[in-house]
Amino acid sequence: MIRRIVLSAIALTALISAPLRAEQQAEDMVTAFTLENGMEVVVIEDHRAPVVQHMVWYRAGSADEPPGQSGVAHFLEHLLFKGTDTLAPGELSATVAANGGRDNAFTSYDYTAYFQRIAADRLELMMKMESDRMVNIRLSEEEIATEREVILEERNQRTDNDPRALFREQLRAAQYLNHRYGQPVIGWRHEMETLDREDALSFYKTYYAPNNAILVVSGDVTPEEVRTLAEKYYGAIPANPDLPERFRSQDPPQTAARRMTYRDPRVAQPYVQRSYLVPERDSGAQETAAALYLLSELLGGGNTSYLANALQFDQQTAVYTGAFYSGVSLDKTNFTFLIVPAQGVSLQEAEDALDETFRQFLQDGVDQEQLDRIKLQLRASEIYARDNVDRIANRYGRALTSGLTVEDVQDWPKILQSVTADEILAVAREFLRPEVSVTGWMMRPEEVTQ
Amino acid sequence: MTVLTTIRAGLLSCLALVSSVLSAAAEIDIKEVTSPGGITAWLVEDHSIPFAALELRFRGGTSLDAPGKRGAIHLMTGLLEEGSGDMRAQEYTKALESLAASFSYDADKESLSVSARFLTENRNAAVDLLRQTLLEPRFDQDALDRVRAQVLSGLRSDEKDPDSIAGSAFARMAFGDHPYGSDETGTMESVSALNRQDMFEAHAAVFARDRLYVSAVGDITEEELGTLLDLLLGDLPETGAPQPGPADVSIAGGTTVIDFDTPQSVALFGHIGLDRHDPRFFAAYIMNQILGGGSFESRLMNEVREKRGLTYGVYSYLVPRDLGAVYMGSLASANTKMAEAVEVIRAEWTRMATEGVTEKELQDAKTYLTGAYPLRFDGNGRIASILVGMQMDDLPIDYVVTRNDKINAVTLEEIKQVASEVLLPENLHFVVVGRPEGLKTGG
Repeated sequence: MIRRIVLSAIALTALISAPLRAEQQAEDMVTAFTLENGMEVVVIEDHRAPVVQHMVWYRAGSADEPPGQSGVAHFLEHLLFKGTDTLAPGELSATVAANGGRDNAFTSYDYTAYFQRIAADRLELMMKMESDRMVNIRLSEEEIATEREVILEERNQRTDNDPRALFREQLRAAQYLNHRYGQPVIGWRHEMETLDREDALSFYKTYYAPNNAILVVSGDVTPEEVRTLAEKYYGAIPANPDLPERFRSQDPPQTAARRMTYRDPRVAQPYVQRSYLVPERDSGAQETAAALYLLSELLGGGNTSYLANALQFDQQTAVYTGAFYSGVSLDKTNFTFLIVPAQGVSLQEAEDALDETFRQFLQDGVDQEQLDRIKLQLRASEIYARDNVDRIANRYGRALTSGLTVEDVQDWPKILQSVTADEILAVAREFLRPEVSVTGWMMRPEEVTQ
Repeated sequence: MTVLTTIRAGLLSCLALVSSVLSAAAEIDIKEVTSPGGITAWLVEDHSIPFAALELRFRGGTSLDAPGKRGAIHLMTGLLEEGSGDMRAQEYTKALESLAASFSYDADKESLSVSARFLTENRNAAVDLLRQTLLEPRFDQDALDRVRAQVLSGLRSDEKDPDSIAGSAFARMAFGDHPYGSDETGTMESVSALNRQDMFEAHAAVFARDRLYVSAVGDITEEELGTLLDLLLGDLPETGAPQPGPADVSIAGGTTVIDFDTPQSVALFGHIGLDRHDPRFFAAYIMNQILGGGSFESRLMNEVREKRGLTYGVYSYLVPRDLGAVYMGSLASANTKMAEAVEVIRAEWTRMATEGVTEKELQDAKTYLTGAYPLRFDGNGRIASILVGMQMDDLPIDYVVTRNDKINAVTLEEIKQVASEVLLPENLHFVVVGRPEGLKTGG
């Protein structure tokens, strides 16, 4: 199978594999504690190489933005690479580089995170600078103006130059009726163009504080070292007593299936994508999410999945099929189907075949052997995961900014193993209903729809 | 999940310097292992996690396509996981899933790589399956048709993707009729015509011992690896298709605009480059790091992005392929801004060629490059990949220990010299795809 066809319509959940006896859990490497000012700390030890990754995650993402300012969380992320009282613009990154490290940052719906990868003995310097920009940034009007051009170019590159990204953006906007998840992380262009210094600083002052942040350090360090340094640098910053409750307007019950057609002359390969509004992983109650995840693997996890078997092997209706679910999310998330029709198969025929196949799946039930293989691979993935502590660090950062706890992260593999075939079918029937769905056709301008 | 990252590090990073290890991390112990049957591999033992990564690389890759069969090796590579021995595609996948091993394949213009990882507890069964995969592929007609349809779908997408359009045009301009000059995926026409026999021939062209490089990292001993190598690779034929000769790289200065209706233009630019084995390579590598090497601090990033906001990212990179070297760069910029960005890049190219770098820039680049080096060795699979790359580049096994000394030995004068020789502002050619205002095709 050729993987590049996958259109990057969704971040591909790479089927990681593997298993059995040697099940020392990754959690043995993890220590968590909280500083007096409320900043949480997670340490993941791996002493194989003298390298450390230092990350600070904020519980502030694009879904926390005020109306009319879409993109400001990400804009602020860029602006944090400008100066502070004691660091000149660009000096933080230059200092990281001059010490042989790399730094970067990323923004999503529920979080913004900053990180450096560097020799383990430079950890203190990283904390010194990162804690400084948590509260001390200084921004000139000129920096604001130039960086706004940069994020507009970033939007050009990620979204406006890519019809699949534009389609995805419209689909998501239609999925959420009242929740900020419907607004793109990068922002709508017309709002990005108006973002100013006040908008950025207001978001900064509201959300950037130790009691809204999580420090995640992975690599060649001990929890004691991290605690000592964290208390010195982050512990010195007072908690923000005015930190608002994290509140987002929620969707009402969705009662109407939505359909959309996106046309663009740059479309080379038409396809159908359908998303459903479904539950996310909730703290202490991750069973439904676990069943949805396994459902996505059974239906769309590669050559042996139900959709591939029916639509790519038996019928050859599709060149590619997929099913995706990402449960780490503060509020309701999506379950998504993708079908790329074979040559000569219309989008209507592809969509009908997808519907029929899903109906058939509900009738046939779960293939127990396939479920066992998936669970085996999930167990093995915990062994392989230990080879990359930075990825484990990411797992904790995302979870802790999305309403989950360290215990939830550590329970997740066991919960996945405990899900039964019946539970999987039950969530499929309960949540993949037309009235909570959006079905999109991505096509060329000249194509007829019927 | 949408995650926006501030810089796309090394996006087109065909980036060169494969290198190596430890100064700070001087703990990586690389051993050369030769199997009883005479197959050599580099090994790093690490028994802390019960699995191993194995990396195989076959020199030549898609450049070994037979005349008129462009895309055959690429398609054949996609078919390796579609059945072997007496197992058809889905049966094969189930067998692999039941071992919780992973095998992945990639073919580019220099090599075909096989990256495997498997648990210690069922290593023998995993190696048996990998052996069958590599030596007894089926290339069933239905699998061929199915995967071919995926390739054709990808080719149709490439025709409307500005990055692909630019990449194809630049390669054709730089390498002409050499295999480096054409898309290794093939064309709609060439891929449509491929048959089963072509798959078997493509397989025989690539998989041979005279072009094989191997490394292993993780929970495996020297003895175990020796046995594994003979079992897995002992029955490979001695030789395959002849390697192509060197490319005649010729790029004249100028601009090529390819019309495409999209809001942001994308550009690739470059001229002839420097061979990996050229004695000036380290100096050129450091010089490029300062010019456009992928950090926020590079001159191009500073001038084009930080000062002027003309792009989200701009990079330059040495691409010293086995059979022909180019020095390239890339950026994307709104149609209204691309002309200015091109002007700024040309000016920086000229400034570097005439002035070289400052002592501070050189020191900063050295500390960055030497400090960042050990950070690459993170994880069994990653280390295995680096080790096999070193072998293909004909680097000595102690290169990881000496590499930083070589970086530190480069002088300001050498950088200035190499900048004046390697950067050729008058030969710099921009291929721009989009509707850039104020830019036209021309010398």
